[in-house]
Amino acid sequence: MSATLTMVDRSVRLTRRNVDTMIMSVVLPLLMMALYVYVFGGAIDTGTAYVTYVVPGTILLCAGYGAASTAMAVADDMNSGMIDRLRSMPVRASAVLTGHVAASVARNAVATTVVVGAAVAMGFRPTATLLDWLLAAGLVLLYVLALSWLAAGLGALARSVESASALSFVMLFLPYLSSAFVPTETMPAVLRAIGDNQPVTPIIETVRGLLTGTPIGSAGWIGPAWAVGLLVVSFVFATTCYRRRTTR
Amino acid sequence: MILEATGLRKRYGDTTVLDGIDLAVAEGSVLALLGPNGAGKTTTVRILGTLTRPDGGSARIAGFDVSTQPRRVREAIALTGQYAAVDAQQTGRENLTMIGRLLRLGRRGATTRADELLERFELTEAADRRVVTYSGGMRRRLDLAMSLVAAPRLLFLDEPTTGLDPASRATMWGAVGELVRGGTTVLLTTQYLEEADRLADRIVLIDDGRVAAEGSADELKARVGGDRLDLWFADRERLERAAVILDAAADLHETRIGLPTDGSAGQLHHVLDVLRAAGAGPDRVTSHRPTLDDVFLGVTKRTLVTGADR
Repeated sequence: MSATLTMVDRSVRLTRRNVDTMIMSVVLPLLMMALYVYVFGGAIDTGTAYVTYVVPGTILLCAGYGAASTAMAVADDMNSGMIDRLRSMPVRASAVLTGHVAASVARNAVATTVVVGAAVAMGFRPTATLLDWLLAAGLVLLYVLALSWLAAGLGALARSVESASALSFVMLFLPYLSSAFVPTETMPAVLRAIGDNQPVTPIIETVRGLLTGTPIGSAGWIGPAWAVGLLVVSFVFATTCYRRRTTR
Repeated sequence: MILEATGLRKRYGDTTVLDGIDLAVAEGSVLALLGPNGAGKTTTVRILGTLTRPDGGSARIAGFDVSTQPRRVREAIALTGQYAAVDAQQTGRENLTMIGRLLRLGRRGATTRADELLERFELTEAADRRVVTYSGGMRRRLDLAMSLVAAPRLLFLDEPTTGLDPASRATMWGAVGELVRGGTTVLLTTQYLEEADRLADRIVLIDDGRVAAEGSADELKARVGGDRLDLWFADRERLERAAVILDAAADLHETRIGLPTDGSAGQLHHVLDVLRAAGAGPDRVTSHRPTLDDVFLGVTKRTLVTGADR
């Protein structure tokens, strides 16, 4: 436990001092919100103010961008000798992964706050009660954790920081093929089938429903189920990749 | 013996990296693994440091088996790898206290230990600066300090001075010497003759995954006898012919033949006459006191000398 806390402490400190990851967590969400609301939003009819529609999707998209930072940080430790130092010490060296995942959650908390704050400034008026906020935050947290462990696994797999960054960009595509930015009904049949049946759409619909009162329907259990399932799979993936990489 | 290894073997795919390495290190001594790049030095250290499992053979450190009791072994050792494993975006002090906390010294214990080590490695002034601003020598010193937080009984140093300038190298040598005087056992790998000569009580020459020769620097040099004569050839074909005629070890990479010499002009005349008669005369002749490189050349027909030794 003390090893984990020490590594969490380290990763959070490193993340605060890394200019790139801080830009990813603060500036990028701001730009995203401005881009969607003021550049694309005017041309997209979602039945509500576009800013209201786009908040949940932007939060999830930022989590995807942030995952690249996690993958790179893990890859750096796996390739720089830090992991060898830890493994030759009488400590649980895999705590290094937990540290980076915790830092990722912290970064995403910042990014999400920035997105919501910017959205409110742009006219977002959520109708959520405190309980709705907590539920939405919980679901986003599950999704962020799942993505962070997935990124940690990719980082452990990658032979260099650059390839870790490249691998993690896969995670950016899912939100674009979901109801994040446009309702899936507007997509061609094939894409719509993908969009309706992938994890991001029900998660977004649940968060949107909680924050702005749109109907949630079956997304209310499909979304959380996806998030928990993804988290389990990502965690197993990350531990497996780490173990394979450090097999003596 | 704090470390005893027998018959260590390791293969990666079709490549045999270690082909039966035996080692013994007495507590309080310094052993140098000396060999060229790719000889298997780092793999040996990784196996002994519990990072890699051997395919064959076994090793015990402080009485514990590296394969079956890695945790107990880790309590006795510390490993400083080839590349400084320090966080560039943490300060020197933060790097050290992180290790102390990992080793369960507690927050206060970790801080006290960090202060001691910063002082000892002359990093006190730079303690609160991020490591990204440190010179190469300072990074290595911090890296070494991080390995000493736990006061290990056996310290592995994998090429501790590769890539350092001469002044930083001398500082590292000083630090290692001080450690040994304090009772720490050190196993270091190096490709520099001078480093092995200066620091080690015993030297193990390794080549191609095997122990080529072993002993103290003096014992090893005594094996090649007295002074050495080097015949240098600009032309490889002449070199090869001369090597056959003299039945001597030729270093093809360096285009040099090494011979024992008694220092007499008569011997030199004789060698040159024989070679010239065969149309295989050298371009240059030099002589020198025996070095570890001559030992290595004699055993492996290869040279060890790297840039930093010249």
